[in-house]
Amino acid sequence: MKFRKLVLATAATVVGLGTFAAAEIAKADEQFFPMLVYRTGAYAPSGIPVANGFRDYYTLLNKRDGGINGVTVTFEECETQYKTNLGVECYEKLKGNGPTGASLFNPYSTGITYQLIPKASVDKIPILSMGYGRTSAADGRVFEWVFNPPATYWSQASAVIKYFSRRAGGYDKLAGKKIVHLHHNSAYGKEANPTLEVLAKRYGFKLTLVPVDHPGQEQASQWRQIRRIKPDFIFMSGWGVMNQVAIKEAGNIRYPMDQFVGNWWSGSDADVVPAGDGAKGYLSTTFHGAGSDFGVHADIIKHIYGGDAAAAKENKVGEVLYNRGVVNAMFATEAVRTAQAKFGNKSLTGEQVRWGLENLNITQETLDKLGFKGMVSPLKITCEDHETMGPVIIQKWDGAKWSYASEWLTPMRDIVRPLVEADAAAYAKENNITPRNCN
Amino acid sequence: MEFLESILVTPFIEIWESPYYFIELVLVGLSTGVLYSLVALGFVLIFKASGMFNFAQGAMVLFAALTLVGLMEHGLPLWAALILSVATMVGLAFLVERFMLRHLVNQEGLILFMATIGLNFILEGTGQLMWGSDVKRLEIGIPDQPFDILGGKVLLNTFDVTAAFIGALLVITLAVFFQKTPMGRALRAVADDHQAALSVGIPLKTIWIAVWTIAGIVALVAGIVWGAKSGVQFSLSLIALKALPVLILGGFTSVPGAIVGGLIIGVGEKVAEGFWGPALGGAIENWFAYMLALAFLVFRPQGLFGEKIIERV
Repeated sequence: MKFRKLVLATAATVVGLGTFAAAEIAKADEQFFPMLVYRTGAYAPSGIPVANGFRDYYTLLNKRDGGINGVTVTFEECETQYKTNLGVECYEKLKGNGPTGASLFNPYSTGITYQLIPKASVDKIPILSMGYGRTSAADGRVFEWVFNPPATYWSQASAVIKYFSRRAGGYDKLAGKKIVHLHHNSAYGKEANPTLEVLAKRYGFKLTLVPVDHPGQEQASQWRQIRRIKPDFIFMSGWGVMNQVAIKEAGNIRYPMDQFVGNWWSGSDADVVPAGDGAKGYLSTTFHGAGSDFGVHADIIKHIYGGDAAAAKENKVGEVLYNRGVVNAMFATEAVRTAQAKFGNKSLTGEQVRWGLENLNITQETLDKLGFKGMVSPLKITCEDHETMGPVIIQKWDGAKWSYASEWLTPMRDIVRPLVEADAAAYAKENNITPRNCN
Repeated sequence: MEFLESILVTPFIEIWESPYYFIELVLVGLSTGVLYSLVALGFVLIFKASGMFNFAQGAMVLFAALTLVGLMEHGLPLWAALILSVATMVGLAFLVERFMLRHLVNQEGLILFMATIGLNFILEGTGQLMWGSDVKRLEIGIPDQPFDILGGKVLLNTFDVTAAFIGALLVITLAVFFQKTPMGRALRAVADDHQAALSVGIPLKTIWIAVWTIAGIVALVAGIVWGAKSGVQFSLSLIALKALPVLILGGFTSVPGAIVGGLIIGVGEKVAEGFWGPALGGAIENWFAYMLALAFLVFRPQGLFGEKIIERV
């Protein structure tokens, strides 16, 4: 009897250990991507499509390609409600998940990004803040662990002024023009102000900064102020309900929509649809295409939605912010692929993924292969430049869909980069950081 | 010195030099103020009937508007969706009385307040769970066109004016209801003293259900008006924050206080933003509303029309 028990116990142990080992092997071939999302709360209409874009692209890689070079992509969502304190909690909760911890973090909030920047170098997990966050993190010599491709708020502001100059008939025609920056009264909304002030001095236009408090439901007095100023152009850095109300209020004061340009966080489907016909002609910047006519969308609809285009549409496939999530997920997974070339096709640590980000070179050939042809521009990150200062384009809402309304606009590197370096140097001094030598 | 001049002198000169801009801000402030009064009334009604500060009033605005627009998205015409939304708010009033208030009779005010915080989360969560978190467009047929007055120098909007009119109508109806009807008198009696009201045969439960129903309907109207302006979305629940300075100013127990307070806050914040905002860096209207209300409290701690509480010790 005792012998029988011993045999059974041994067998159970062997089976148990075998299962555990198999699970560990399976786990070893996984790459974990944490997802800080906001599917609830005041900013959910913007957060849902972004989160769906991430989720679908990660799933697509597993279903279509069998992961990244055979390494399965895993992910877990954590709800931040776009609140900084919850974002930091999510970071702490998810940073150790997966066989090698989190690959990188996409905070999807400038406020959360600011809080995570000091943690990134300690935990050795990179931050990928695509088109948001701290602009001067573009200086990779100081911000080793933060990446903000393809363009920052400052680059975007310079591209918008370039667009206004073309509309006015040249840079010299900007002198004396009145430009309003209507912005969310937060770290995010104010981020473009210093660059706009420098540009105002350089080109002689009169800049008026008009802040709107969170959440931006009530803007009547700001728009009366704008009516009084009679600006030639308005540039808006809004978010959430602020965008929808601003577009409506612009109509209320009969401001011409074709002189009103939102930044790339003020140009999603959720921003224009509630305004109805009043939003027709509204402009915004972007750094990627809108719609679901790209190769990657065909793959997503086929592999994830089983060819059901209606179900895909219900899940926001092709909306501006959905596409942003997809593009962001592609940047993240391509960084892992780049790192795999050096460290091997296995689960990688945050430190190794950081190397992948810093050596990320997404060529046109790669984009074509991945289904992003015509949707986003190639980019090459370097040790010194974590931004790449990619081109920006203006898109226009016609009442039903977004379409390009300008040529691609290259940011003004000669103006923006010195500002980035000066701000990064100040940060380095304040935090006793010795900038890296990238040569 | 320059700063002091920019806030003590320059705005007044600007008001003198730009009277039409001032008039425009006052009119916009009045139309917004009526809507603030409406939201504030929801708080006042419940506070008067049960001594409870209803933290969930904002969530009720969101819940009511989401229900309406959700039903419309399922193909119901506006009138049918409106009837069903009112029915939902009546149902909510029954549920609140049955599962919350009934168990909290004679409890401390703070406990009642905490219960409404819980209700707030339940309503926010349920609303989003049932109808989703997307921005929903609400079209109620009110024309939304700008129009000029005073020779084109002042610009108003048909929607804002209509919304203010609807808000004012509801506010007046409620004021008359409270002052002139038996139910209104019963409600005021309950507000003064639960025990005394019960002793003269006023049914406490019925009064509670009635008052939560009215607060629900007020929330629905506020949700429709704000939702039609910005789309129905979660941020509607934050509108309640705009009513707080109105309550501080007008007093928690006064219907006329909510009305006058709303108008003062509405006009005050718009004029302040327009003339003092540029000197103070802008976006001052939120904190200015509280500052204005607190300034009033220095002279009238019970609010403009609030009851002066005298207790023997």
